[in-house]
Amino acid sequence: MSGATLLALLPNATSLPWRDIPAWPASEFVQVTAAALARGARLCSWFAVPEESGDAVQLVAVLAFDADNTLAVGRSTPVRGSYPALTVLHPQAHLFEREVWETHGLTPEGHPWLKPVRASAGEAPANAPFFTVEGGEIHEVAVGPVHAGIIEPGHFRFQCAGEEVIHLEIALGYQHRGIERALAGGPHRRTLRQVETIAGDTTVAHATAYASVLEALGSGEAPLRGQWLRAIGLELERLANHTGDLGALAGDVAFIPTAAACGKLRGDFLNVTAALCGNRFGRGLVRPFAEGPDVSGALVQQVLGNLTRALADVEQAIAWLWDSASVRARFENVGTVHRAQAEEIGMVGPAARACGLVRDVRYDHPAGWHRFAQAPVAVWPGGDVFARARVRSLEIQRSGDFLREQLVAAPESGPADDSPASTGDTLAVALVEGWRGEVCHVAVTDAAGRFRRYKITDPSFHNWSGLALALRGNAISDFPICNKSFSLSYCGFDL
Amino acid sequence: MMIVLGFVLRLALWLLLAPLLPGLINKVKAWVAGRRGPPVLQLYYDLARLWHKQVVMSTLASPAFIIGPAVAWVAVLAATLLVPLGPAGATLSFRGDVILMLYLLALARFATTWAAMETGSAFEGMGAAREVSFAVLAEAAMIAAMLTLAVQTGSVSLATMLAPSVGTSAVLLAAGLFTVLLVENCRVPFDDPATHLELTMIHEVMVLDHSGPPLAAILHGASLKLLLFAVLLTQAVLPMGTYSPAVAAAVLLTGVLVVTVGVGAVESLMARFSFRRVPLLLTTAVLLCVFALLVAWQGAA
Repeated sequence: MSGATLLALLPNATSLPWRDIPAWPASEFVQVTAAALARGARLCSWFAVPEESGDAVQLVAVLAFDADNTLAVGRSTPVRGSYPALTVLHPQAHLFEREVWETHGLTPEGHPWLKPVRASAGEAPANAPFFTVEGGEIHEVAVGPVHAGIIEPGHFRFQCAGEEVIHLEIALGYQHRGIERALAGGPHRRTLRQVETIAGDTTVAHATAYASVLEALGSGEAPLRGQWLRAIGLELERLANHTGDLGALAGDVAFIPTAAACGKLRGDFLNVTAALCGNRFGRGLVRPFAEGPDVSGALVQQVLGNLTRALADVEQAIAWLWDSASVRARFENVGTVHRAQAEEIGMVGPAARACGLVRDVRYDHPAGWHRFAQAPVAVWPGGDVFARARVRSLEIQRSGDFLREQLVAAPESGPADDSPASTGDTLAVALVEGWRGEVCHVAVTDAAGRFRRYKITDPSFHNWSGLALALRGNAISDFPICNKSFSLSYCGFDL
Repeated sequence: MMIVLGFVLRLALWLLLAPLLPGLINKVKAWVAGRRGPPVLQLYYDLARLWHKQVVMSTLASPAFIIGPAVAWVAVLAATLLVPLGPAGATLSFRGDVILMLYLLALARFATTWAAMETGSAFEGMGAAREVSFAVLAEAAMIAAMLTLAVQTGSVSLATMLAPSVGTSAVLLAAGLFTVLLVENCRVPFDDPATHLELTMIHEVMVLDHSGPPLAAILHGASLKLLLFAVLLTQAVLPMGTYSPAVAAAVLLTGVLVVTVGVGAVESLMARFSFRRVPLLLTTAVLLCVFALLVAWQGAA
């Protein structure tokens, strides 16, 4: 155990009565959280739960002790006005505290860069003013929010000296989707559909997290076959996205063979998902408390055949990439995030593993089917574009092996539980390792068991700062490959 | 009368054949990628479409925004008239025309960058900066290559310079000039004409804000420049003067085709360089041309 912590401990995909979560006055709560973070915990989520009456809020922290395979939660007593910022001690809290300030008006005293995360500032880009660098040789480059490709809106402000980027600030929040607001008061009949659209390319991960939260609140569990299907869907999602992004990385450095092959192969993986659930992006694959779509033995064999062919082709396409000296020259020592930086800003997923950090929810906090079967964690040192691409190609291999192994190990269909109602005044947490990294869902219910607060943390929320750091001291012309190697979600951030 | 007819024919040849080259390169790339690709004549369709479009002008830009592409197009076209077409010879040929050709190409570059700077956009400024930085080395290589030919033939007129065999330095010149061709025409590994990423572009980002007929002039000018370099490369490397007119014409045509397919093959099979490594490759091109010059010089002595 990494030293005693005063926070309440709970495993992944479980719940805890609200009154059992220890509470401190805000300033003390910040100290307790900081102490836990200093002992090696990670901040998975930090948010505020408004009081039913009045403008006071309670701060909630969800932490992960990866080495101990446990999560920890704590909260503050109702607070209004201001409190001493956690960011000063632990930079990984910086976006979370800005978010709370923006939504609830609670000021973190001493926050070094307090400005909106998503709200717009009149006609200025979402969260102007930007950090500027002064000097006669300095020029500023503004990219977006409307881009040349068909992608989501985001604004990138570079401070450059010639070709070298001195500082990059990323402004998001153009989409104003209101997802968390729509989920409050739920679960509604629409909630699952809404959760599936949090980030369309991470449908299975978000839906699994939501289903796990509901199951934890109802003290139930999905039938084994449902848990198996979720694990299959999750890895298929990883395969499709990693393949597509490696192809796009090749495209960005004008390396045609891999770019052309991977664009097609991504579609093959999506089609496999569609064969299982009827939707290429995995909608309808996950049903809380249920097995999900009916998957026959014949279908499994067909899926296995298609998958094996696609995996062999991907291996070839990626071999072209690694065998090409001109490609390696572009990827190596570009966009480096150092291990210490990655730890400090709380990076997750393949981007963190490419800095040598062993962080994988499937391994550290196994829930559902991952309690029985795991793929080896893919780690690579270096922290550059090469390492990120390498981790993703390793994950393609290992997810492929995992799928080939697990597809033939399907558990029998069993009777499903009735969907029990959610327990009142409870907090439930679910972490899922999506292809981008840790997806974190936290639900706090009211006395009637409805969502008083539903907090979503997409891995992109942790990792966008990593991209900004990666660019420092690099050529501005290398931004596209750095960006693509992280491949972060705009809508997962904008919520 | 014959002079006028010859002039018109050569002009038509340059103007009409040039847009074929980018189409061929794209076909090669599409073939490698396993796609069908755009039609070979796509650039002709694009030019026809752009010709009928309106010009959108930035409120910040002066008329130079329009003048730039026009000057650049005329300058490149004038340069092509100085380049002999195998047995057909050049439209205009005089002592020192090679120097005028180099200056016309430089003028075209100046006009394009000038128009790019007119927009006041950070993107176009960056593109212009890259274009002129890399041109410093590319032009040095080009001048060294032309000097080699001048030393070999003792002439400063393209018609005589390009006629004889260049012997041992031909291989060095071929490698050097092919590299210059790639950088001057913004092909992979220096630039990627297919990319949509503004931050990585050189030529494309300079013309990002152009539209309608000026954009058509830029696109056509770029294809003319590519044809010019392909013709120049073929004739500089092969002993054109020793062939009979019919053979020479066939050789020239084949040479241009080989160069075009070569550009497509390079583009299909390698990634582009990062900008900090571009000067390295360009310096190599300069050295190749300088070594060719040394070989030619010593051979003459």
